[in-house]
Amino acid sequence: MKDFAALYATLDATTSSLAKQAALQAYLRRVAPEDAAWAVYFLAGGKPRQIVPVKLLRLLAQEAAGLPEWLFEESYQAVGDLAETISLLLPPPQDSHELGLAEWVEEQLLPLRGLPPEELTDRLRAQWRRLAAAERLVYFKLITGAFRVGVSKLQVTQALAAVGDVDAKRVAQRLMGYTHIGARPSGEAYRALIAPVVEGQHEIGTGGQPYPFFLAHPFALPLADFDAALGPPAGWIVEWKWDGIRAQLVKRGGQAWLWSRGEELVSERFPELTQMGEALPDGTVLDGEVVVWREDRAQPFAELQKRIGRKTVGAKLMRDLPVVLLAYDLLEWEGRDLRGLPQSQRREMLDEVVTQLRHPALVASPMLTGESWADLARQREAARERGVEGLMLKQRASRYGVGRTKESGVWWKWKIDPMSVDAVLIYAQRGHGRRASLYSDYTFAVWDAPPEAPGRKLVPFAKAYSGLSDTEMARVDALIRRTTIESFGPVRSVTPTMVFELGFEGIARSTRHKSGIAVRFPRMLRWREDKPVEEADTLQTLAALLPADPP
Amino acid sequence: MADEAPTSPASRPDDLVVARPEGLYCPQGGFHIDAWRPVERCVITHGHSDHARMGHGHYLAHTDSAGVLRARLGEDIDLQTLPYSETIEHNGVRISLHPAGHVLGSSQVRLEHQGRVWVVSGDYKTEADGTCQPFEPVPCQVFITESTFGLPIYRWAPQSQTFAEIAQWWRANAADGRASVLFCYAFGKAQRILHGVDASVGPIVVHGALEPLDAAYRAAGVALPDTVRVTDDGVDAALLRRALVLAPPSAQGTPWLRRFGSDYSDAFASGWMQLRGARRRRAVDRGFVLSDHADWPGLQSAIAGTGAERVIVTHGSAAVLVRWLCELGLESHGFHTEYGEQDDEAPPA
Repeated sequence: MKDFAALYATLDATTSSLAKQAALQAYLRRVAPEDAAWAVYFLAGGKPRQIVPVKLLRLLAQEAAGLPEWLFEESYQAVGDLAETISLLLPPPQDSHELGLAEWVEEQLLPLRGLPPEELTDRLRAQWRRLAAAERLVYFKLITGAFRVGVSKLQVTQALAAVGDVDAKRVAQRLMGYTHIGARPSGEAYRALIAPVVEGQHEIGTGGQPYPFFLAHPFALPLADFDAALGPPAGWIVEWKWDGIRAQLVKRGGQAWLWSRGEELVSERFPELTQMGEALPDGTVLDGEVVVWREDRAQPFAELQKRIGRKTVGAKLMRDLPVVLLAYDLLEWEGRDLRGLPQSQRREMLDEVVTQLRHPALVASPMLTGESWADLARQREAARERGVEGLMLKQRASRYGVGRTKESGVWWKWKIDPMSVDAVLIYAQRGHGRRASLYSDYTFAVWDAPPEAPGRKLVPFAKAYSGLSDTEMARVDALIRRTTIESFGPVRSVTPTMVFELGFEGIARSTRHKSGIAVRFPRMLRWREDKPVEEADTLQTLAALLPADPP
Repeated sequence: MADEAPTSPASRPDDLVVARPEGLYCPQGGFHIDAWRPVERCVITHGHSDHARMGHGHYLAHTDSAGVLRARLGEDIDLQTLPYSETIEHNGVRISLHPAGHVLGSSQVRLEHQGRVWVVSGDYKTEADGTCQPFEPVPCQVFITESTFGLPIYRWAPQSQTFAEIAQWWRANAADGRASVLFCYAFGKAQRILHGVDASVGPIVVHGALEPLDAAYRAAGVALPDTVRVTDDGVDAALLRRALVLAPPSAQGTPWLRRFGSDYSDAFASGWMQLRGARRRRAVDRGFVLSDHADWPGLQSAIAGTGAERVIVTHGSAAVLVRWLCELGLESHGFHTEYGEQDDEAPPA
């Protein structure tokens, strides 16, 4: 644990990726494999299921620090991170320990899950007494699961590749599923990550491991430059860019697994897809998008969200919000890794698989054809009406790469421009992490009636916290402090003075929002300092952007 | 960025200090303390620019503040100086200055009138640092305290530990052939680092903005190690690669830093570096927690040490400290001031 805390401090203390890489490699080489196994798990984004209920954790920390609840809350608001707040507030340790990271996780932390509150309380207090100040932050970050330290999964992959002298793509493949929520990485699992590659040995096709997802790059050239940049459309497979959950469906050894792009197992949330997967032959992996599908049409993401939000998926929910996998790639067939084959060949095989299976939950993502890029651009105009984000362009000859790479061919996402309105900032909340203590999270409103209407009001409709530069944010922060009307806990209401151009990808009616409208991926495109509040947009402007109801 | 504190509903007609739009004022004595707008007579607790403003008719400050005040406000200001604990009387109010431990010459102002004693803390720090007279608790009935770090998350390690961390960082950089650029406030923090850091590690370079202040400290008898300027003879690239470089925060991102090459390591020394978010916003390699203000336990012990029954809280986390003190059974409220906004240790925005 001391080693891991020191690694955390070093990674946190430098902005240089070379220095981070050196620290990672030195750590992995120095510690026992079982400790390295857990370090990789956490650094690569692994999060165990909740170990201690957050409410209880806060309460115990507040008691241990001898503070009233309001003062603990004030402290938390200033710090912006629960683990850091607690580690700053606890009294100094009275004891010490020599336990490694694996011992801490496996013998001290994981067994806490589900203990009755009294026993949990005693154990936590005993643990806190032994932790040196430098170890506390890491310890509480392991518990709260907010373990972010400015190291990307790619950097962890590169460090493992260097330590094991194995190709980084191979390590990425081995890491798939390593960080899933129920994982218990062992020293053996760690050794397997960095083991030398044995020629001819089959590394995939065992268990439910998915492949690293191949990711698309944004494409935003003017239409006139398309031919020069891409060549004729005939060299490309063109599909809609669906607004759902990217997923791989894996069928091996009689069992099916559904993985999201975040490498979370989501099988249980979509039983109809798992069932469909079980009907596929062993040694099959499909790549595609999970969407709610009704009347031969993908429904807005908001519909899918209703399913993700539920803990149990009952028959009614499945009937009301039926999902399909819109498949667009075949990565494994008959136990063979197809990623090296050209895109067009994989697609032909995929179409064959979909036709053979004839399952209602498996739909091949349709391909668009066009005489010219101009023709395709015209078809793309229909994207918004169809509830999709634009078009995907996939090079016919491209292999299926690892991550966001272009070395094996390329996938482009040719998105439609975001919709936008001018909205007024009415509430602000302090941010977290780098933005702790800064008012960085805003609620935006539009008018409920046109300017001439008497007594019209501002109606909140979206929250956004990205799109501003640090300098702009500091200015907005200062303005918020000067124009505060009222504070409710961490939130301030402000006199409406600031107008922002707010961009978003999708819009749908919603009964859960006061405005009756929900937007997707809202973000600030521009601060309209030139615009008075009275000229901000109205609910009517928003409503005009809603897609026409399907006939 | 001062929090909104409940302001002075609790003020009484015979209070020795009241908050006025131009600054803190003693009605019985007819003078101000650290006023932020020009006034006739002003007692100055210390030389930081938010406490010592230009344009007052007469200034009264500690003897050791004279050099800095004249350098910053003009040689010709009408300045009267006073050693610690010596009393003068003005309109029947007895005024004396007592060490605040914040920077050279920093003082708490004790006011006594008809048996009542009030103390205005200015800015203060309770840990002795070797560059100025350590803080002394002054018994009083009413204590006016700052609250810059008025949250329990602010607890400082002993400064020896921080200096050891700085030396370790510097030594590692020097071994790698990289300059160690440490940003710190020019008045107080820089001299404290010079005085406390292990100067045997290598040469120390100071930015021009620090020099007059270093000179003032040396003149007051504070031992500071030898330093060089980048323009001095014999200062070459090889020397810079082993050096500790002290510069004011305003130097960050300026061409002045180009001479240290592209691979220097940078750091910032401030109490705000206690929080990870603040460190990351600063975008430096390291944040060293070193403050010239009292931490939370320091505020508590200072307040308790005065024996005051009523505590008035100024700039910082005033609302928090007021509520906390009220819950401890003291009478407490806030004064709105304009300190802190141009403080040498203003909160990071």
